[in-house]
Amino acid sequence: MSATVPPTGLWCARGNKADLLLRGPRVVDPAAGIDAVADVLVQKGKVAAVGAGLVAPEGVRVIDAAGMLALPGFVDLHTHLRTPGREDEEDLSTGTAAAAAGGYVAVFGMANTDPVTDTAAVFEALARRAAAEATVPVGFYAAVSKGLAGRELTEMHELAAAGVVGFSDDGMPITSAYLLRRALQYARPTGRFVAVHAEDRTLSGTGVMHEGEVSAQLGLGGVPSIAESTEVGRDVEIAGYEEARLHVCHVSTAAALAHVVRAKEAGVPVTAEVTPHHLTCTHELLRELDPNTKMNPPLREESDRRALVDALAGGQIDCVATDHAPHALQEKEVPLEEAPFGTIGLETAFAVLHERLVVPGALPLAALVERMSQAPARIARITVPSLAAGEQANLCLVDPRARWTVDRHTLHSRSQNSFLWGATLGARVLLTVAAGRVAHDAVA
Amino acid sequence: MTKRDLLSMEDLTRSDVELILDTAESFLPIMHRDIKKVPTLRGRTIVNFFYEASTRTSTSFDLAAKRLSADTIALKKSGSSVEKGESLKDTVLTLTAYSPDIIVIRHPSVGACRLVARQTTASVINAGDGKYQHPTQCLLDLFTLRQTFGRSLEGMRIALVGDIMHSRVARSNIQGFQMMGMQVTVIGPPTLIPRGIESLGVRVEHDLSTLASHDVIYVLRLQRERMAEGANFVSTLREYAAVWGIGKNRLRRGQKVMHPGPINRGVELTAQVADDPDTLILQQVESGLATRMAILYRTIVGYSDAAGEETS
Repeated sequence: MSATVPPTGLWCARGNKADLLLRGPRVVDPAAGIDAVADVLVQKGKVAAVGAGLVAPEGVRVIDAAGMLALPGFVDLHTHLRTPGREDEEDLSTGTAAAAAGGYVAVFGMANTDPVTDTAAVFEALARRAAAEATVPVGFYAAVSKGLAGRELTEMHELAAAGVVGFSDDGMPITSAYLLRRALQYARPTGRFVAVHAEDRTLSGTGVMHEGEVSAQLGLGGVPSIAESTEVGRDVEIAGYEEARLHVCHVSTAAALAHVVRAKEAGVPVTAEVTPHHLTCTHELLRELDPNTKMNPPLREESDRRALVDALAGGQIDCVATDHAPHALQEKEVPLEEAPFGTIGLETAFAVLHERLVVPGALPLAALVERMSQAPARIARITVPSLAAGEQANLCLVDPRARWTVDRHTLHSRSQNSFLWGATLGARVLLTVAAGRVAHDAVA
Repeated sequence: MTKRDLLSMEDLTRSDVELILDTAESFLPIMHRDIKKVPTLRGRTIVNFFYEASTRTSTSFDLAAKRLSADTIALKKSGSSVEKGESLKDTVLTLTAYSPDIIVIRHPSVGACRLVARQTTASVINAGDGKYQHPTQCLLDLFTLRQTFGRSLEGMRIALVGDIMHSRVARSNIQGFQMMGMQVTVIGPPTLIPRGIESLGVRVEHDLSTLASHDVIYVLRLQRERMAEGANFVSTLREYAAVWGIGKNRLRRGQKVMHPGPINRGVELTAQVADDPDTLILQQVESGLATRMAILYRTIVGYSDAAGEETS
C-alpha cells in the first residue's frame, strides 16, 4: 500500500465521550493477547486502564460486570442499510441502532441503494447523513459498475478519495470476467479491495433455495452449489493474475471455500467472509417454507456448514459478515417463492454464533471475537478495536448467561425478517461503546 | 390423529388416507341417484379460491361441495381484487371474515398454502401449490387404483413418467403411493428429474426399458407453460415424444395408464393411448368428485372413526 492511499472513512453523530468502569468482566482481546478477568476503565472515550482492583475516579459510572464478557467491538463488512431509497426498511439511524445492539462499533453499507452509490456526489451525501444520524460509525462501499449494470467502471479514484472502504456490486454478480479484471486493475492503486457476490446467474436461474434433497422434495427451484463455486474459482484466478485485492462475500459452499483456500495458499491477496446463518443453519430449515429462511446465497448442506465453521476457526475464512438485509414486512409475508432474498442479522450475530458454535465447542471464543472484530477491521483498514490501554474505546459487554427472545421487543432494526424470529438465544450484548461513545446501553 | 389442514400428503397418516378412500366409496351411490345431493354439510361454507387456471380440480371441488349441500364461494384471480394488487394475506383475511369452514386454494407459488393456513381460522385444503404438492390429486388417484385393483395396493409397481421436476402431482403421488405400499420408479430425461429426488426412496431411470415391469404407468404432462424459452430441458417436443412418449407399442396388453390431465395428445401420450379403454384417465376425473366430497367431509368432521358412521 502506498503512502498516498486515502483512508477509509467512518461517520457518525457526535456524542458524549464515555466514562465507565467495568468491574470484573472476562476480558477477551485476541489481538492484545488478553483473556483474563480484569476491570476496564474507560475515560473520555479511551481505554484508560485494564487491570485488577481499579478505582473509579469521581463521576465515573461503575458497572458490575462479573461473569460477563468484555470484548473488542465488532466490525461488519457487509450490511444493507437501505439508505438512500428504502428508508421504510432501514435507515442509518435504525440500522446503526441495530448494529450497536449487536455489539458492532463499525459497519459498512453496500452500494445497492437507490440511487446506487456509484458517484462521489451520492457517496458524500450519504456520509453527511451518517454524520448526522448514525449512532455507530458507518462506512460505505461504492459500486464497481455504474448503476450495478456491469458495463462501465465507476470513478474509483475519486470515490476512494472520498473514503469508500471498497468496491462492490453486491446483490449482483460481476458477470463479465473482463470487467472484473479491469476493476481489479483500476482499483489497485487506491488500495481498495473489490468485494464480489459470486454467482453464475445462468446456473442459479430462478432458483430460490439450495439444490439438493430438500429442494427436490419441496418442488422449489434449486440454486446449485456450482453456481457459486465456478464463479469464485474464476474470480480468485483473475485476482491472482492481477495480484489485486479480492474479497469474496458470503461464502456458502465447501467447493467455493476450496477455491479460496487454494488461492490463499498460492499467495493471492484474497479475503473471505461467511454469514452467521450459513454457519448455523442448513437447507433443512426451508421445510417450514418460512420466507425469512430464503436468502442468497441459500442455506446449504450440513457438510458445507461444517466446512465453513472449520475454515472460520482455522482462519481460512477471514471474518464473519452479517449480510444484514432488511425487507419490509409486506414483502416477506408472501409465499416463499415470491419473497425477496435476505435476512437481518446485526443484532443476533454474536448471540447465535456464541450459542451454536462457541458453547458446543466448535469454535473457540477468542477465534469468534477475532473474526467478528479485528480481522474485518484489518480488511477495512480502520482502527482495530482493542481493549489495550490507550486505545479509543471500541468495545462491547456481553452477558453470556442471558436468555432473550428475538422479536419486536428486543430488535431495533426497522425490519423484522430474521431467520431467528421467535427463537430464544443466549449471550446478549448489554453495552456497546463505539468510537468512545456509548452507542447501546441495556445494562440493568 | 387429525390435522386441521390438508397441505401435503405428509399431513395424513395411512389410516387417514384409508378412511378418506372408504368415505369416498360410501359416497359413490349418490352419483347414480336422480337427486345427487345429500344434506351432510348443510350450513357449512366452503371457499374455492383459484389463483391459477384449473378445470378438473376447481369444478370437482365446487360440485363436491354442492353435492354435500354446503354454501360455496368461488373466487378466481381474474375478476377479484387480486388484480388490483391485493396481497394474498389481505385476500385471506377478507375471506376469513365470513367464517368459512374450509378454504380450498390453488396457487402458482410454493408456500402459498402455508401462508394462508397461518392467516385463517378455516381449514385449508391445498388444491395445488406451485411445484410442491397436490394432495387431493394423489387421493383421487389412490381411489382410482383401489377401484381398479382392489383394496390392497401393497407391492404394486408404478412408474411416473415425464416431467418430474415441474410436477406437484409427482411429489404428492410418490409419497401417497409409497404410503400404501407401492414401489415407485420415476422415469424421464435427466434434465427433468430434480437432483436429490432419490431421497424420497424412488428408483430413477432415464429410459422406458423397464416400463413393462410396472403394473401402472402414470404419465405426467410435459409442462410447456413452465418451460421458458432457452431453458433447454428438452431439445424438441418431437424428440421428447419419440423417446419418452407413451404409445400403444410401448405398453403391455392390459397395462393401465393414468394421467392427471390436461393431456398434450401426441407429446407425452399418443391419442390412441389417451382413448384406449385401458387408460384410467376418465375414471380419475370421476373419482375426483367422490374423493373431494370425502375430503371436504372428513376435513369438517375429522379423521377419527368415531366421528363418522363407521362406528361399530
